Amino acid sequence: MSDPTRSETLFRGVWRENPVMIHMLGLCPALAVTNTVMNSIAMGMATLFVLTGSSLLVSTFKRFIPHEVRITTYILIIATFVTIVDMSLAAWTPGLHKALGAYIALIVVNCMILGRQEAYASKQSVGRALLDALGTGFGFIIALVMMGAVREILGSGSFLGVSLFGDNFEPWLVMVLPPGGFLALGFWLLGLNWWTQRRERRAAEGAA
Amino acid sequence: MSDSLFGILIGAMVVNNFTLYYFLGLCPFMGVSGRIATAVRMGMANIFVLTLTSISAWILNNFVLPHAPFLRVISFIVVIASLVQIVEMAIKKLSPTLFRQLGIFLPLITTNCAILGLAIFQTNKAYGFFEGLFYAIGAGLGLTLALVLMASIREETDRADVPRIARGMALVLIIAGSLSLAFMGFAGLLSSA
Repeated sequence: MSDPTRSETLFRGVWRENPVMIHMLGLCPALAVTNTVMNSIAMGMATLFVLTGSSLLVSTFKRFIPHEVRITTYILIIATFVTIVDMSLAAWTPGLHKALGAYIALIVVNCMILGRQEAYASKQSVGRALLDALGTGFGFIIALVMMGAVREILGSGSFLGVSLFGDNFEPWLVMVLPPGGFLALGFWLLGLNWWTQRRERRAAEGAA
Repeated sequence: MSDSLFGILIGAMVVNNFTLYYFLGLCPFMGVSGRIATAVRMGMANIFVLTLTSISAWILNNFVLPHAPFLRVISFIVVIASLVQIVEMAIKKLSPTLFRQLGIFLPLITTNCAILGLAIFQTNKAYGFFEGLFYAIGAGLGLTLALVLMASIREETDRADVPRIARGMALVLIIAGSLSLAFMGFAGLLSSA
């Protein structure tokens, strides 16, 4: 693999290798708290902050972290940032903190964050790691909002709390309940697969 | 605190199933649910780690954290991570085959949300020692149940003629959604849950 350009590093995680939609990482928050768009954005921002902060620290101190205890070190760094987020949210937006509940603390065990540390930040320069973390974090926010939008519109007939359909709308309640998380992501993947395969078919026809 | 121990066990197992209701432990749920035998072993490993977690969380909650509440997340994860490391070394030594089968998901059992989730939920619910223990065993059995159910269905769909766009994860997620819907039927089982 030749050296990717800076923008490739940044945009890799946003869409082409989107953590949730392509790699199926960080599913726990992506399914659990995405019953409204607001919760999705909050969770996405919190994760972005934790990911960027820990990528910065890990890539800065990569020479001093012994190989044998690297995972533990990464988790400690991540847990520190999660504690910061947890306490800041509790202080500034208690309502949001309550809505996200235990899932804020569970950012620690988001496979996506640890995965980026192990696969990227521990090997690359600080600048690259920062770009990679920002890209992946934004990709995560995009995926969460995609989920949250579907579930909020179908499940409560609103978007960001604004009612869309008037009084006659019968909410599809199951979408805001746990099964809706699985179904919404499943349908998104169906749609994305259909789109990718159609594009491949078109490309093949064009080449023939 | 009025829940009976049995109620806690059943509640954690089917009513508020960790995987299908709280979305915890999804990585192994998606990753190693291809074969029933592997799913059972992964479930067993989870029950073991969850029980250890519950005990250590109780110890931390009672003797360490009252003095330093801001260390909650960090101390939970460090204690759990070292525990999992021990289990990992034991499995590697005792059964290299199993170690190979579980592949990348064994190191990631540390970042299995179910483990930390259990510690946090147990703290939030203010469970005592035995309540926590039963909660952990129930949660572990629930995880195993979900994994085995999923694996059984996937062994069948492997041979089925699935439309091209639904192959892979999309199908797994929709099956998981249906399972989760089915598990919602248990909601009326316990009034306290």
